[in-house]
Amino acid sequence: MSLIKQDLTRGIIHENPTFRLLLGMCPTLAVTTLVINGLGMGLATTFVLICSNLVISAVRQLIPDRIRIPCFIMIIATFVTIAEMLLRAYQPDLYAALGVFIPLIVVNCIILGRAEAFASKNPLGRSLIDGLGYGVGFTLALLILSAVRELLGKGTLLGINIMGSAFEPMSIFGLPPGAFIALGLLLALMNVVSRKLGID
Amino acid sequence: MERLIALIFLAIFVDNFVFMRFFGICPFIGVSRKIETAIGMGMAVIFVMTMASLVTWFIYHLILEPFALQYLQTIVFILVIASLVQLVEIVLRKVSPALYQGLGIFLPLITTNCAILAVALLNILEEFTLIESIVFGFAAAVGFTLALVIMAGLRERMEFTSIPKAFQGSAITLITAGILSIAFMGFRGMMSL
Repeated sequence: MSLIKQDLTRGIIHENPTFRLLLGMCPTLAVTTLVINGLGMGLATTFVLICSNLVISAVRQLIPDRIRIPCFIMIIATFVTIAEMLLRAYQPDLYAALGVFIPLIVVNCIILGRAEAFASKNPLGRSLIDGLGYGVGFTLALLILSAVRELLGKGTLLGINIMGSAFEPMSIFGLPPGAFIALGLLLALMNVVSRKLGID
Repeated sequence: MERLIALIFLAIFVDNFVFMRFFGICPFIGVSRKIETAIGMGMAVIFVMTMASLVTWFIYHLILEPFALQYLQTIVFILVIASLVQLVEIVLRKVSPALYQGLGIFLPLITTNCAILAVALLNILEEFTLIESIVFGFAAAVGFTLALVIMAGLRERMEFTSIPKAFQGSAITLITAGILSIAFMGFRGMMSL
């Protein structure tokens, strides 16, 4: 029981890909202008992460050690292509909004990182939980960042007006510089919070 | 010719890969501590990105398109880029050991640099011709190098300043990048294709 909990929470808190490891920064910064885009990217990445972790864990004894990285990349690319086709078929608006960042999930270092560090060494069940934990951690981080940016940049959350008509939107948070600044401030906040809570 | 010059200006300044489009952020944060390593990384990226633009253009237009296999583009491109990086590494080691010494350690890192795959995908998306693809790949890599070197210069100076405890490390780096990004926004609207 404690092992499952440990596998699950590692990716969400102690090794949160965005706030603690700073992995997968490109999609994190690029798609978080709106909460819906952040959520879509988070879920798509989670899907790829869980599937690739499962398959890599299942075939881990069959892959020769020397060519393992190209093998991992092929498996990941396959699931990214599946995710891309599903999004294009069922969520065309989201597909258009995320654009080139959907195929770029292939080079998201979190996925290859988990394949190399965890799924290639551990059994099926644990790899599934590990993928789920990291996926949730990544999605949560995207949700927090996109909520901050949408709220400050547009005054809305998921398209619903929150701040009222008196609020003057700070449009810089919707633009590229706002992504860097918002994430920088969030990281500083996380540093303070984790020091207060004694997580390290 | 005019279009090519516009493309170069666009890729380096107006749509800078790092500050405006968020490609290659991981190496941008990871290897921007010293100017020397930043230049080394930048040269390796310029080299591989130009080659990748050339190779993926041919693969897409001569193999994937005639056989209606466009849906395989992500899988094929990443495989091509990974083998290209490997090939460049082998050739460099044999042909120019001095250059290999300089770029060597950066080459394996490039496979997971999303800017390379992004250039290949954008070349197809924007329907560039072969020459335009190569020029765009080269210019985008120059833009990446420019961003990396500017950042490295700033970070070398930041080493000696006192930074609030909460902001130490990545936080201050990201905020600096944000301010640089505002500067690059000054180019916005100056030009479009």
